[in-house]
Amino acid sequence: MSALFARVVAHRLFWPVVMLLVLFLINLIAFPGFFTVTIRDGHLFGSLIDILRNGAPTLIIAIGMTLVIATRGIDLSVGAVCAISGAVACSIILGSSEPGSLSTVAVAVAVALLIALVLGVWNGFLVAVVGVQPIIATLILMTAGRGIAMLITEGQILTVNSPPFKFLGSGFWLGVPIAVLIAAVVFAVAALVTRRTALGMFIESVGINPEASRQAGVRARGLLVVVYTFSAFCAAIAGLILTANTAAADANNTGLFIELDAILAVVIGGTSLAGGRYSLVGTLVGALVIQTLVTTVYTVGIPPIATMVFKAAVVTAVCLLQSPTTAEALRGFRERLAVRAGKGIAAS
Amino acid sequence: MKKLIGIAAAGAMLVALAGCANGAGEASGPKPLDELVVGFSQVGSESGWRTANTKDIQAAFEDAGIELKFSDAQQKQENQIKAIRSYIQQQVDVIAFSPVVETGWDAVLNEAKAAGIPVVLTDRAVDSKDDSLYESFLGSDFVVEGEKAGAWAVAEFADATEPVEIIQLEGTTGAAPAIDRAEGFAEAIAENPNLQVVASQTGDFTRAGGKQVTEALLKSNPGVDLIFAHNDDMGLGAIEAIEAAGLVPGVDVKILTIDAVKDGMQALADGKINYIVECSPLLGKQLVDIVKQINDGETPEKRIITEEGEFNQEQAIEALPDRQY
Repeated sequence: MSALFARVVAHRLFWPVVMLLVLFLINLIAFPGFFTVTIRDGHLFGSLIDILRNGAPTLIIAIGMTLVIATRGIDLSVGAVCAISGAVACSIILGSSEPGSLSTVAVAVAVALLIALVLGVWNGFLVAVVGVQPIIATLILMTAGRGIAMLITEGQILTVNSPPFKFLGSGFWLGVPIAVLIAAVVFAVAALVTRRTALGMFIESVGINPEASRQAGVRARGLLVVVYTFSAFCAAIAGLILTANTAAADANNTGLFIELDAILAVVIGGTSLAGGRYSLVGTLVGALVIQTLVTTVYTVGIPPIATMVFKAAVVTAVCLLQSPTTAEALRGFRERLAVRAGKGIAAS
Repeated sequence: MKKLIGIAAAGAMLVALAGCANGAGEASGPKPLDELVVGFSQVGSESGWRTANTKDIQAAFEDAGIELKFSDAQQKQENQIKAIRSYIQQQVDVIAFSPVVETGWDAVLNEAKAAGIPVVLTDRAVDSKDDSLYESFLGSDFVVEGEKAGAWAVAEFADATEPVEIIQLEGTTGAAPAIDRAEGFAEAIAENPNLQVVASQTGDFTRAGGKQVTEALLKSNPGVDLIFAHNDDMGLGAIEAIEAAGLVPGVDVKILTIDAVKDGMQALADGKINYIVECSPLLGKQLVDIVKQINDGETPEKRIITEEGEFNQEQAIEALPDRQY
């Protein structure tokens, strides 16, 4: 029994999951109806549904980010790509004669995604071909991208009145929010493609040792371009959801700082920033922790001035609990306790 | 060493400038309007509100026949300082600007003062101990805006016998409009103890923020009667959240906001928002008046508050067609 317990504790997702449960518990105490999910107007309604729906964009971006980080890279440009894709889609819808028609929205979404693919290839080109460090290469688009989005929207917030577009952000299918379904599909595709084929292993090998993997015949260059392109693609999907959520493209604020949330979700999920092994399930838990944290702030009523400190404390706790040094210290502590209790080290 | 030379050169230039101004500026009485030159340094063009502000100022000076030199600081203080220095060099008659940040203006404003060029602040204040550095500050009073909003709430719920639950959507934490509007609102609603702010969270002045906060707070405070948002955008986000919860915005939950931008006015006209207190970017005409006063040798008021209205749903329908921003 205790051996099983030790194995569970040692699992890298143990502490993030514990943190998620603790946050749920805090919410439940502050607001007893927290877990209640009802059906209202034919769709699911409740705090948990909100967490899933509002967390979906962060999760989608974090999935792309996980793969980038696994190659020992980082993509800071995702927030800017969000803003660009939203701006492109909204300006196309606004410029068309039939903003409410399905075909207009389909064209707008397709063009936004295509542009994101180009931006992703640009990032990948800088990193893989030119050899710019990822943090610098993507910083270029991070700063320039918002400017591009501003140019597209001409500095205005573009409000669109288009039911099919709005459906992307706040619609439901079989009672489940569309945003959640999209996130589920992206997650499933990423998991299947990288885990059911050798692609995931290649990504990890490039992250651990690019030179060795090149000599072993892994085409690192092409792989990097694909990974950065996928990241930008994810960012564009998230940007469309965020924009559709309020039916307005706000070049200044759409996806602002979302790159940091996504990186945090990846790190909380146990993927190392040093590249190599990654865990998509971990990223999922990480994204949920971040979104639950936001909701907790609202339900518990933490004053806005203290919000940042509260979030920092939670994140610090998760990271500390997860770090190998802490794990080592904890194990040593437990063993000493066990010895002192005269039971020997049977537990291990 | 290079730095020293730079400082020395700047100092020398200053002395020269001050000399010029003293020589030429003092004797002249009121100039004809078409000889006046005003230098204006804008913060940037970050929002529809700001764009409207720029256009209104440019139009007002054109109408008055006064030459306006305009520069956009793109949110950077150093750009703004450069612009002001260049206006000093060009010996414009009045310098007006909306400071990007509150602090760090003493040096450049002293240069303007030494050159004898009066400075007018628009929309935002500077934080300086020496208020002789500028002639006048023209802009909104955010505390008053909060008070106006509070006064409407008090009147709207005057007959309420049970406690009225209010959710406040604050602006960016620490921003002057957020602090002042909350303060004014709290003061105004204090006169009726039935009005209670049950939750107050920041929505960062954005639609997405307003929506997410409202979603969560509607669940933990299902009995809410009124949402007070520090700007229209957060109010628009709140509308989405209320609709998603199966409630009718403006009826089941009343909404009160500040700003009166076009999208907000549209929602007000549609009955989804109940009342908007205006925070007007249209201060061009008042700025022209200040410039004329200075030109005539008069001393304008130190603090001039922008002329601002308030809108209910009927007034919004009327005002909407001419709304510029």
